[in-house]
Amino acid sequence: MAEALISLIQKKRATIVSKWFDSTVQAYPHDTAVFLKSQKDQFANPVGSSTRQGIETLMDQLVGEMAPDAIKAGLDPIMRIRAVQSLSPARATTFIFALKQILRELFRKELQEADMARQFFDLEARIDRFALDGFDIYMGCRERVLDLKANEMRNRTFRAFKRAGLVAEGTDNEPKE
Amino acid sequence: MAEKQPTPKEMLDRIDYQPPHVDWMETPLDIRKGMYCYAANPKSVATLGLPNARPWNPLDADWKLPENWQQIIHEGFKERLERFRSVKVFMDICVRCGACADKCHYFIGTGDPKNMPVLRAELLRSVYRNDFTRLGKLLGKANGARPLTLDVLKEWWYYLFQCSECRRCSLFCPYGIDTAEITIFGRELLNLVGLNIDWIATPVSNCYMNGNHLGIQPHAFKDMLDFFVDDIEEKTGVKVAPKYMKKGADILFITPSGDVFADPGTYTAMGYMMLFHYLEEKYGLDVTWSTYASEGGNFGFFTSHETMKRLNAKMYAEAKRLGVKWILGGECGHMWRVINQYMDTMNGPADFLDVPVNPITGTRFESARSTKMVHITEFTADLIRNGKLDLDPARNDHLKVTYHDSCNPSRGMGLFEEPRYVINNVCKHFYEMPANTIREQTFCCGSGAGLNAGENMELRLSGGLPRANAVKHVHEKYGVNMLACVCAIDRAALPTLMDYWVPEVQVTGVHELVANALNLPGQAERTTNLRGEDLEELKAQAEGETDEG
Ligand code: SF4
Ligand code: SF4
Repeated sequence: MAEALISLIQKKRATIVSKWFDSTVQAYPHDTAVFLKSQKDQFANPVGSSTRQGIETLMDQLVGEMAPDAIKAGLDPIMRIRAVQSLSPARATTFIFALKQILRELFRKELQEADMARQFFDLEARIDRFALDGFDIYMGCRERVLDLKANEMRNRTFRAFKRAGLVAEGTDNEPKE
Repeated sequence: MAEKQPTPKEMLDRIDYQPPHVDWMETPLDIRKGMYCYAANPKSVATLGLPNARPWNPLDADWKLPENWQQIIHEGFKERLERFRSVKVFMDICVRCGACADKCHYFIGTGDPKNMPVLRAELLRSVYRNDFTRLGKLLGKANGARPLTLDVLKEWWYYLFQCSECRRCSLFCPYGIDTAEITIFGRELLNLVGLNIDWIATPVSNCYMNGNHLGIQPHAFKDMLDFFVDDIEEKTGVKVAPKYMKKGADILFITPSGDVFADPGTYTAMGYMMLFHYLEEKYGLDVTWSTYASEGGNFGFFTSHETMKRLNAKMYAEAKRLGVKWILGGECGHMWRVINQYMDTMNGPADFLDVPVNPITGTRFESARSTKMVHITEFTADLIRNGKLDLDPARNDHLKVTYHDSCNPSRGMGLFEEPRYVINNVCKHFYEMPANTIREQTFCCGSGAGLNAGENMELRLSGGLPRANAVKHVHEKYGVNMLACVCAIDRAALPTLMDYWVPEVQVTGVHELVANALNLPGQAERTTNLRGEDLEELKAQAEGETDEG
């Protein structure tokens, strides 16, 4: 385990979280990024607050257990939002890789030591894990959106009509789930 | 290790992840799939006699506009500035203070700055300055003015159909500027050159020809209600008998057709029927439905003032023809905005109707003195208040309910207390969402003003995020599992929204809850709710969840 590096990270956690959050909201246009950073009310700013919360959870896991459920809980709200915001999968997940850059810059000096560099390598693998999970969640959300797109209207009206017996049995118009 | 991964720096360089910081007028229009609705079917446009019916595609460069489109828009703009004082004032007085900027659910959810209400309005205002003010003509861009080019027109279309006319932004404007009015006005201009969307134009055309948005003919409307009669009998043992177009009935009932034809609104429609049956048995209430006025909703409102007026006219016409005393309206959203804001002056005054009085309680509905049309939650709240209903809320015990204030009944007519009063009397567990997301400050479902199509799902889901986020909060905090509302668009749109963001929460109309609690005279033992779900099972399930939680 990368203990020395982890304790370094824990000491600078607040700085890292804040830098990571800033770089994450850079995916949005300038005026939007300003809003996402400044509005602290979670109901007035669900994107900003879910993103911040997600990042905190991921930080916990980065230096902790790497529990799959917790990683998912951290990533899901962020990716779920991005999947409906016309961000490409690459743009939606870039923020995860940005963490490597942030850490590397922050610990530039420390990482010159061979042992620290090795520890950093382990940590990068953890970040890659986040990214892969992030892609999966993003794709899952996209599939859900397409499914809702295709079936919503037919499901609701078709079902009502069918219950009422106003649709002939065995028609092939039946919506697929 | 296998292939070398790109360094983060390389990745970041490759992806243009930070959009450039440029002035909004310089940001080029990027029409994205999922954010817009398909262009209107030319047949529907032609049926309505609206201009420039032709097939066109928003993704094509050529939108097939009439040759003199600039002149048409300019003259339309001019005419409306003279006709609507509000538009002129709204064009002039905005100081661009930004108080409204972050209040729109579409901005909050999509993160697109052009969805800030102030910028949405600037789309039109910039052209207004150029065409109608001396300073604008003189100073041009320095004064925030720009000529109406094709790109600007396309931008109008794209962003005016990303506004649900919900009016939330107007609440925060120190000058009371109502961006919804600007959108309504802008869409009317767009219609002059044939820029409409199918999700609006086709329902309007259906309604014009067949009396309701879905284009269901009178016999099918009746078939559906007949089926509800059987279904109610199966679940309660009581056969209700709705009346159709009964001349001389006391009250004409009009609801959005969504209640009759789409789940879960159908259960709310069954709820109305049970309530009317109960009131007829107990107190002799005489209510009639109409297959002619079979639509309370009015997508004409999302097209132009003239189209709205045409669709609305049948309400008073049918009331007059049948000789009823007043009109009772079902759970709908924009229908109530049209009734409260426009109907009376547009198709009224309805002098031939009485000021509505509840014949059972004697309550005179002063709020409807002029329109002669009462909201069903006002009516039911009055009945409950006067002890006229026999209710057993235990049948709703498995539910933890929250209430979504639909934009139109809340901000458009001030209906806050009645639905809550009714819910609290038919359910034991009610939880409010956070204060800045309900009542006047309620967040739109994300699908209002004709935007509840399938193809713009990304817009709907992102625009609905602020609403869903508040539901998620009460779901996590209190275990809320049912979202109640009084709007048919909500009942169509919110289940999808919940499905994506908070799948544990279902959606219901208020009168479905009422009907499940209402004891009908002579009923059999009620073992299921209107959805046919076993009440014992639901209860056991709910208790299990509470134990675990
Ligand atoms: S009316 Fe509603 S949707 Fe339109 S700009 Fe204002 S807040 Fe946004
Ligand atoms: S709050 Fe009113 S005055 Fe201020 S920018 Fe918005 S519309 Fe203009």
